[in-house]
Amino acid sequence: MNNIKPNDKLDIREILKDIENYHPKRRGWIWREVSPQKIGEFTYEQASPGLKNFVALPSARGLKNIDPQPDAVITTEIASGRFEDDIRRMRMAAYHGADHIMVIRTAGQSHIDGLLEGTPQGIGGIPITRKQLRAQRKALDIIEEEVGRPINYHSYVSGVAGPEIAVLFTEEGVNGAHQDPQYNILYRNINAIRSFVDAAESKKIMAYAEMAQIDGAHNANATARDAWKVMPELLVQHIINSKFSEKVGIKKENICLSTVPPAASPTPDIKLNLPYAVALREFLSDYKMRAQMNTKYMDSSTREATVTHVLNLLISRLTSADIQSTITPDEGRNVPWHIYNIEALDTAKQAMVGMDDLLSMVNLRDEGYLQDKKREIQERSVLMMEEIIEMGGYFKAVEAGMFVDSGEYPARNGDGISRDINGGVGAGTVIKRDDDYMAPVTAHYGYNNVSQYNKEFVDDPSKLIGGCTFEKPNMIKFIDELDDTDNVYLRMDKSEKYRSGNMLKPEVEWLGDGTVVVDLFFSANERIAEAAALETGNKMNLTDVEVIHKEVLHPSEGTRIQIKGTFNFDIEIDKLVLPEIIAVHSEDEIIEYVKKHPIKVVAGTAGNDEHSVGIREVLDIKHGGVEKYGIKYEYLGTSVPIEKFVDAAIETKSNVIMMSTIISHDGIHYKSMKKLHNYAVEKGVRDKLILIAGGTQVTPEIARKNHMDQGFGRGTKGLQIASFILDKFNTMNETNED
Amino acid sequence: MKERIDNFETRRTHLKNMSDKELRNYFLKLSEDMMEPLLEMAYTHTSKSIERSVLLRMGFSSIDTKAIVDILNENDLLKKGAGNCIYALFKNKDISIEKAGELIRNGDEINYLLEYFKIYE
Repeated sequence: MNNIKPNDKLDIREILKDIENYHPKRRGWIWREVSPQKIGEFTYEQASPGLKNFVALPSARGLKNIDPQPDAVITTEIASGRFEDDIRRMRMAAYHGADHIMVIRTAGQSHIDGLLEGTPQGIGGIPITRKQLRAQRKALDIIEEEVGRPINYHSYVSGVAGPEIAVLFTEEGVNGAHQDPQYNILYRNINAIRSFVDAAESKKIMAYAEMAQIDGAHNANATARDAWKVMPELLVQHIINSKFSEKVGIKKENICLSTVPPAASPTPDIKLNLPYAVALREFLSDYKMRAQMNTKYMDSSTREATVTHVLNLLISRLTSADIQSTITPDEGRNVPWHIYNIEALDTAKQAMVGMDDLLSMVNLRDEGYLQDKKREIQERSVLMMEEIIEMGGYFKAVEAGMFVDSGEYPARNGDGISRDINGGVGAGTVIKRDDDYMAPVTAHYGYNNVSQYNKEFVDDPSKLIGGCTFEKPNMIKFIDELDDTDNVYLRMDKSEKYRSGNMLKPEVEWLGDGTVVVDLFFSANERIAEAAALETGNKMNLTDVEVIHKEVLHPSEGTRIQIKGTFNFDIEIDKLVLPEIIAVHSEDEIIEYVKKHPIKVVAGTAGNDEHSVGIREVLDIKHGGVEKYGIKYEYLGTSVPIEKFVDAAIETKSNVIMMSTIISHDGIHYKSMKKLHNYAVEKGVRDKLILIAGGTQVTPEIARKNHMDQGFGRGTKGLQIASFILDKFNTMNETNED
Repeated sequence: MKERIDNFETRRTHLKNMSDKELRNYFLKLSEDMMEPLLEMAYTHTSKSIERSVLLRMGFSSIDTKAIVDILNENDLLKKGAGNCIYALFKNKDISIEKAGELIRNGDEINYLLEYFKIYE
């Protein structure tokens, strides 16, 4: 299992086997090894070593499939409610460059007073339990070896059970976590005193495990009415958590600020966000930056979200990002789907690599608007800190409703979140430690009277009991399933035919969930188009049809609608007609053959088509085209009239015509093929010529129906074409000899 | 907070002439001042979750930690530390850590602990 191959699926049942005895390989957060990378003819400065197994960006097809990896750790958030399905998505994400996998918790877990066990299904996230963590960490231990890069696993140490969760995470090899008492207080209405007392213990444990800690300040800008006005407060929230963490003992390099560019276009995005990004990085330069993407103004358009996120990535490249988080572009309309995790990762990778070394060419100006605005944000934040202290400290300020006010500090709109110091979940539950208070464990924060028992163990309290679970993982008590009506085995049994059987079904998040998206345009107004879209879905035999996105193209001329629905049929794999695999000869074999039987090709792009990248790739020696095997070619260029192919072949005494047809509108590519054949017949040379058509929209079967000897579609290699020519040439010669 | 117009210009007069470096140092200094009482409070207090986290580290299951901490809390013993209660039995009664937990969970040794830690006084 540890040597899994790209062509093997991860066996989830195998991962769950013997899980009670599994312990993670390592603890602690791992940053990428940042160093310049030479890949082909390019050198990347803000980069890290490549992966053993990966899926490169789509356009890398024309660039020898290079897959440069940027310097920042890249995050993806995966939590569909079923952790077993999320494991598959984690593997896909790792292939696309994620090395920080964040698991969102199920709704309401932060209010649960204690740990959950087993593997129940979650809502909007997954219930974090020992078994779930262990299974996912075990899977990631396999996946990280497969891609050849450590993968950081991450979830949340918040709520009323923070310290226990921190222990659980340490024991199960979780490498990073959100921990910020302000999140508890402001957004979960958990008592403020309890939150800070618990936070100290949680942070002490996280420090021991060398986890990276991410704060919760980004929530302020998602909550405030005008996100850009909350900038001064964001600096204050960041420093409160960072300083508290530092004092408790987390190393500065593991304290990460969760920072989001607060505004989004159509505001003047960069003009608002850049001064803030500079202000933050200057004031809190002791810590790491986890650059998150904006969610505040996200709607249902995945295109729009992607543009916002690329602008966020520009901010990262103009300033800095140690961790670059990604937000899936579908987050504005549903819990993220597989494809959008991958899109978001590709967006980050593509943009960061594309903007490599940007600051060696452009400078941020050291005077004028940028500096003035930066300074203003910083001064506003200092004034806020002063007032908090004047008021009597943090708790008084929270009580007064100072935080998440929609006014730009010191302006106040009176709509901040106010929390009673004696109120909230867990109010009145902290207990003062007595003089003889003692805890015989590692990584315990605060007063601990160990010396009453043994003065030598003051720095190592767990020695009193011969070590705790942190030193001796075998002491950990594993609890399996507690609910025999809601667990992973029952869920997997239901979908088993899609896992190990002969069945397939489309899916977006859970194995064989059947969800499909249909993208539609109607020449009607919004209201009519929406109803028409639902009816279209019904007539396509989809069930649970819902509109997930609409965009007016023109108030009366037309509306774009995206619907989702459930496709209720199983696809039987063994009844599928698979496209043929083109047999290839060895390179040497072809070279030898062509030496003895010289072959000549005329080639070009047909009709009114100017695309030439594809045909050059299968022709030129540089790209591994047919020339590599000794085949000579005459390149006719682009927009070549059909007749010219045949005339040129006759004139140059060529044996093969390679016609590229990229434009497929109205079936023009197939019409060109028929025309080519007919003209060759007319000229009396059809039986002497091998006619080949290629292009991204060409299907071999249909090309042959249109009288080509063969058609080649997307991703064809020169070797495949050369192999076909060799075989065809052979049979033609045999026929001629007969 | 009460509504207030933006009085930034009048309030910033004492910051105006600070260099960027001075302003940053002042910001950090204020944060240290703000953290002081919070750290002190955390140093001297504990909670049920903290005590359960101690017991987890001592090798108890989540179910047992909850039961043990609940009964210790009912008897005002958490101020001594849940781990301390287990340790007292482990040490003084020559039983295993696990057994000590089981006895507390069943309520068998609560009186012993109340006496040992002089809670009655």
